Amino acid sequence: MNKRSALAFAAAGAALSLGLSACGGGGSETKSADGSSAAPATADAFNAGLEAVFNPSDKKGGVLKMAISEDWDSVDPGDTYYALSWNFVRIYGRSLVTYTPAPGAEGRKLSPDLAEKLGESSDGGKTWTYKLRAGLKFEDGTPITSKDVKYAVLRSMDKETLVNGPTYFNDWLDLPKDFKSVYKTPDVNTDSAIETPDDQTIIFHLKKAYGGFDNFAALPGTIPVPKDKDTGVKYREHVMASGPYKFDKVEAGKQYTLVRNEHWDPATDPIRKALPDSYEISLGVNADDLDNRILSGDLHIDLAGSGVQPAALGRVLGDPTLKARADNPTGARTWYTSIVSDVPPLDNLECRKAVIYGADRVGLQNAYGGEFAGGEIATGLLPPSIGGWKKLDLYPSGTGDVEKAKAALAACGKPDGFETIMSYRADRPKEKATAESLQQALAKVGIKLELKGYPTGDYFALYAGKPDFVKKNGIGLAVNGWGADWNDGFGFMSQIVDSRTIRESGGNYNISIKDKEIDAKIDQIFAETDVAKRDALWGEIDQRVMEQAYVLPGVWSKSVLVRPLGVTNVFVTGAFDMYDYLNLGVQ
Amino acid sequence: MVTYIIRRLIGAVLMLVIVSMVTFSIFFVVPRIAGATAEGFASRYMGRSANAEMIAVTAEKLGFNDPLPVQYGRWISGVFVGSEYDTGATIEECPAPCFGYSFIRRQPVWPDLVDRIPVTLSLASGAAVIWLLCGVATGVLSALRKGTVFDRAAMSIALAGVSLPVFFTGIVSLVIFSYGLGITAPGGSFTPFLENPVEWAYSLLLPWITLAFLYAASYARLTRAGMLETMSEDYIRTARAKGMKESRVVVRHGLRAALTPILTIFGLDLGLLLGGAVLTESTFSLKGIGDYAVQAIVTNDLPKIMGVTMVAALFVVLASLIVDLLYAVVDPRVRLG
Repeated sequence: MNKRSALAFAAAGAALSLGLSACGGGGSETKSADGSSAAPATADAFNAGLEAVFNPSDKKGGVLKMAISEDWDSVDPGDTYYALSWNFVRIYGRSLVTYTPAPGAEGRKLSPDLAEKLGESSDGGKTWTYKLRAGLKFEDGTPITSKDVKYAVLRSMDKETLVNGPTYFNDWLDLPKDFKSVYKTPDVNTDSAIETPDDQTIIFHLKKAYGGFDNFAALPGTIPVPKDKDTGVKYREHVMASGPYKFDKVEAGKQYTLVRNEHWDPATDPIRKALPDSYEISLGVNADDLDNRILSGDLHIDLAGSGVQPAALGRVLGDPTLKARADNPTGARTWYTSIVSDVPPLDNLECRKAVIYGADRVGLQNAYGGEFAGGEIATGLLPPSIGGWKKLDLYPSGTGDVEKAKAALAACGKPDGFETIMSYRADRPKEKATAESLQQALAKVGIKLELKGYPTGDYFALYAGKPDFVKKNGIGLAVNGWGADWNDGFGFMSQIVDSRTIRESGGNYNISIKDKEIDAKIDQIFAETDVAKRDALWGEIDQRVMEQAYVLPGVWSKSVLVRPLGVTNVFVTGAFDMYDYLNLGVQ
Repeated sequence: MVTYIIRRLIGAVLMLVIVSMVTFSIFFVVPRIAGATAEGFASRYMGRSANAEMIAVTAEKLGFNDPLPVQYGRWISGVFVGSEYDTGATIEECPAPCFGYSFIRRQPVWPDLVDRIPVTLSLASGAAVIWLLCGVATGVLSALRKGTVFDRAAMSIALAGVSLPVFFTGIVSLVIFSYGLGITAPGGSFTPFLENPVEWAYSLLLPWITLAFLYAASYARLTRAGMLETMSEDYIRTARAKGMKESRVVVRHGLRAALTPILTIFGLDLGLLLGGAVLTESTFSLKGIGDYAVQAIVTNDLPKIMGVTMVAALFVVLASLIVDLLYAVVDPRVRLG
């Protein structure tokens, strides 16, 4: 093919794909999806799927095609720590409670799933009781009992076997000392942690009170696993479905297919529509090809839910037709720089403030990818999608305030500035750009930064997250980032602001916040069962973090998602800040 | 001839042993020299919630604390007699030939590789046929019509073929032919040959052409250069002077001589491709050996990287062995030397 004909083909292809995208989108069905508070959307518009259900329908049938460019940790509900997986697992597994399938903030609210209602707390928030619905069955027709839930939770705590999941149950349940794991000490009585007085009831006992335990109950770890079907690490090859779909084909690293689970009874499940006849999930698909396939309608969902690649970004944002198919949610993730408060001269509040005043916040936003794919300029640590967030206005958010920075430097006794070291993850270009932006901006006020990149894999374990390394090497600033395990203050803040989580051995994500006042507020939150009061306290902690200038916020991350062609009930859930995978249908 | 084959076979086995040592050193010895600890190795296989104690237990369990020769010996013995791995809940078997066990995917490496070989084989063989036929034909025609518009156009396209990377030509051709015109299969399509040969060919047509475009270009240039040289030889002039038909002169006397070096390169190229057409498989999302290698590297899954490197080396060594043997058949001086 010569150059001219290649150009002709390219033009034809582009024209055709534009034509195809113009045809897509708007649906004809207008039934409202469950839980939706906003009017459904049927016409393409930028952010149409952010606060409303796009193309709502109850039509059943078809094959929903999903793909992902890499792979995720595991489809075993007890062995997974990916947000996409926690969203997707609900197709084949049912936890005690789950997130309401509704757009925006409504999606962060919890709904009972296996349980009849949300947890009932007693003993001042140390004991939580759930009652299972009647008529629940596994894919082989055997009834689901509270003992299956208990077994699932206990097995998920064996981090030697199932290495990937979170450790909330390990940290909070009141387990006997001689219990090691369901595999090593199967005969140890664990009733002090979880009781199952009958087949319908499950009672959790915590070591200390926690008012937000329902968020633990929403973890995939509470998806029931029958003990006699548990094959340890191999369970991922045949997960016993409790949801409306079961695995048909499992080819690790290649593909999964799911088909209807005939033993799932819709009468026991008020939140799932179970619309497609089957799901096809391709793994390891070329990321750019994946975007192109979604744009052309050949594929429905990018399972990763983290937005289009840079190659497609320009195309989507630059073409009004494609942009109208895009949603641009703000995620519960903040990219920021820790200002290490015990490395001189940053042990002085005014010196820390000088860093924030001097920073070019727009430059930092650009370093992370700009307004759409990078994020919104953050004014605090807590992202807006977390309960308790309030807009803080303590520092300017423009291109840097040299006057104020110099005044702060004078106040901290360093009128000519100072030198310090800034660390970042060397193999992350955005973090390198962040460090360079800060280096340039702070040079204007006399703060000289020496940039040091460390490998991502050991960044927290051996370098920036290891207190003695930080002090010994005089690291004053460390690029950091954090995403919520679930979208509430505890899910986001607990690991990054509580000084008691800091281990001398390394592996800390909290690099700079060591404040007794904040620790005291966290203790207050744990005992508080009122959600609004808990949220308000997290907001106060955020304010304290910024007042004390422990972090320089970068951006609240955003991503550009493209709504698929020919798919119904598309909306961004506030629970995961990606499309909700629970009730998607094929037109 | 028998001595020659035996000598070559021993050389091939030795080469594989050396490759295994070098690969093992790159992934297990060099990081140690650079300061990586046994715990550092183990932490790759732990989730992000693992604490120092759990990582230390895993490092011991996976044998990262053992001396390096012991670790290498264990790997080699696995290839011949298989291995067992303690996953905590169960003991997992890795039957011989055990080319390692992925602690991330919780699977032995060898069955995965075997599962993926048909995809890579299909891709490489189809593309090889196309590039050999097109490349050689273009090269011959260009040589015979040296300086014409055809020659210049063909060589310009050949230059483009060599210069343009597959991840570019692949994505562009997918957008145009699969998603634009809808005449070829979308990325990630593969149907096994025995299931449906027509579907097999249809699903691989675009990857074949894209990959062949890359190789055909260099073959065309090589053939052209070889043909130009051969066609100016005295014996060609003699053949023509004897009144031999031009087609016979070109094919029997010209092309045959020009093809010998081409076939050598072809053997090695094919061997390399069978070890994984990394870029083409990644671009077209084909689940072959190359894609497996990329996945292994992205997830830092060392046993998988070791396994796939050994299989790739095996193919290259085998291909070079076959080329050597063919040489011996063609040229008696080789087997006697």
